Amino acid sequence: MAASDRKIGDVILDVRNISLRFGGVKALTDISFNVREHEVRAIIGPNGAGKSSMLNCINGVYNPQDGEITYRGRTFHHLNAPQVAKMGIARTFQNLALFKGMSVLDNIMTGRNLKMKTGLFAQALRLGPAEREEIAHREHVERIIDFLEIQAWRKTPVGRLPYGLQKRVDLGRALAMEPDVLLLDEPMAGMNVEEKQDMSRFILDVNAEFGTTIVLIEHDMGVVMDISDRVVVLDYGKKIGDGTPDEVRSNPEVITAYLGTSH
Amino acid sequence: MGFFLETFIGGLMTGMLYSLVALGFVLIFKASGVFNFAQGAMVLFAALAMARFAEWIPKLTGLTNPVVANVLAFIAAFGVMVIVAWVIERWVLGRLVNQEGITLLMATLGITYFLEGLGQMLFGADIYKIDVGMPKEPILLLEKVFPGGILVNSEDLIAALIAAALVAALSLFFQKTATGRALRAVADDHQAAQSIGIPLKNIWVIVWSVAGFVALVAGVIWGSKLGVQFTLSLVALKALPVVILGGLTSVPGAILGGLIIGVGEKLSEVYLGSLIGGGIEIWFAYVLALGFLFIRPQGLFGERIIDRV
Repeated sequence: MAASDRKIGDVILDVRNISLRFGGVKALTDISFNVREHEVRAIIGPNGAGKSSMLNCINGVYNPQDGEITYRGRTFHHLNAPQVAKMGIARTFQNLALFKGMSVLDNIMTGRNLKMKTGLFAQALRLGPAEREEIAHREHVERIIDFLEIQAWRKTPVGRLPYGLQKRVDLGRALAMEPDVLLLDEPMAGMNVEEKQDMSRFILDVNAEFGTTIVLIEHDMGVVMDISDRVVVLDYGKKIGDGTPDEVRSNPEVITAYLGTSH
Repeated sequence: MGFFLETFIGGLMTGMLYSLVALGFVLIFKASGVFNFAQGAMVLFAALAMARFAEWIPKLTGLTNPVVANVLAFIAAFGVMVIVAWVIERWVLGRLVNQEGITLLMATLGITYFLEGLGQMLFGADIYKIDVGMPKEPILLLEKVFPGGILVNSEDLIAALIAAALVAALSLFFQKTATGRALRAVADDHQAAQSIGIPLKNIWVIVWSVAGFVALVAGVIWGSKLGVQFTLSLVALKALPVVILGGLTSVPGAILGGLIIGVGEKLSEVYLGSLIGGGIEIWFAYVLALGFLFIRPQGLFGERIIDRV
């Protein structure tokens, strides 16, 4: 169901042999997979499979003990979050991490932070360049607000919005960074059917219109199979399947992990 | 009536100074969630630096113009506060990221003693004066309305104007600039802020520098009124009841809280002092804050903490 005018490119992000332990608990064991430019790549798996941990490794929140990540030809063993953001990888959070006291507009504007060039003093004194820059960024953010259809709540403090809209703001803030790769941690968790449809549409539109590569974690199998190009399946920190939705759906190990074995 | 107004205005002026110190608390709490016990020590440190630089700079360079010397001393003292901010981030806060609030509070307690000691070691422990050329002569107002008019200290008046300008500038900075937005973002959620590429380190240095700047302004005003001495860091403790009254996260709360306490303690000293014995000024602020904790623990404008179950 992916958009037809989109061309999937070469591997942009390559994760190799990642292992992550917390004390004696093995969160991830020897995980490898890659992500191609412009594709929608899903990571699925039952609760506690290590999906969020995987995302947190790519995002630089966790430092895996083993393995390496290659992004655009550069290989890293250790990453940190601000560095990842600078390289053009944005993310959203499973348990919303919005700036609750700030308005929708301000929340999304923070996503432009890295693109701001004028110095602190120019901003404080509201000098011409700082003023022009602010206006340019504001225009960009307004386009995102239109795109996500949240015009009506522009000035509302985010903490007062219903959950589904907060999820959109979270996506908006990530989009404001104009990322090449967007990591989405359960973008549809806790949503009703209608909200899920809206969110799926936004994700596919982002992918089709801006060519953004998308890596998403999702529980809802139906949604994942509909919108993804390729799917990685994790279970107990190990990779048990990788391929197109159809391949994954017919993989016996995946079926066992999701439905349990019958003896 | 004239006497009442005089007392009232006197209280407002003292209150403005409490507000200035309280503002430093609020800024740091808003932007990093740290309850900075060291704000009083920062006021003392900044005032000491200012007083001594104003003395040293003319001596070393042979400058005779007092205005230029004062401006240079102010800039130098601000530079010192920026260094203090950087050192605090580098060696204290930077190592305590994601720790409990109480841990951070204890760390600032340590910073308090350190700054008090270091300040006196570097700049001396005598009583110094800061003379920034504020007019000392009192002004008489409303002579037509009240017999004898109302006596207002012109130094206080200027101090109040400076404080008001500072508050206005800070609110603009926080609300209208990209850096201000980043500061508020960090205050709200460290992890999310990092994920959009806001470096925590720089932000903390900026916040502590701004708090240092506020401490410097407060220190200069207090210092030129009362002289720079160790007790300055104790007077600054009055800012604690002010922030409890106004709410820890509210800039307007800090201002209003300071004014209420300034006016309240002056009026109660003058009018109740004869009834229940003097010395009310010393404890009034703390008792008022205690009362507030019972009735409205989040303060006048503080964010109410609602736990979702």
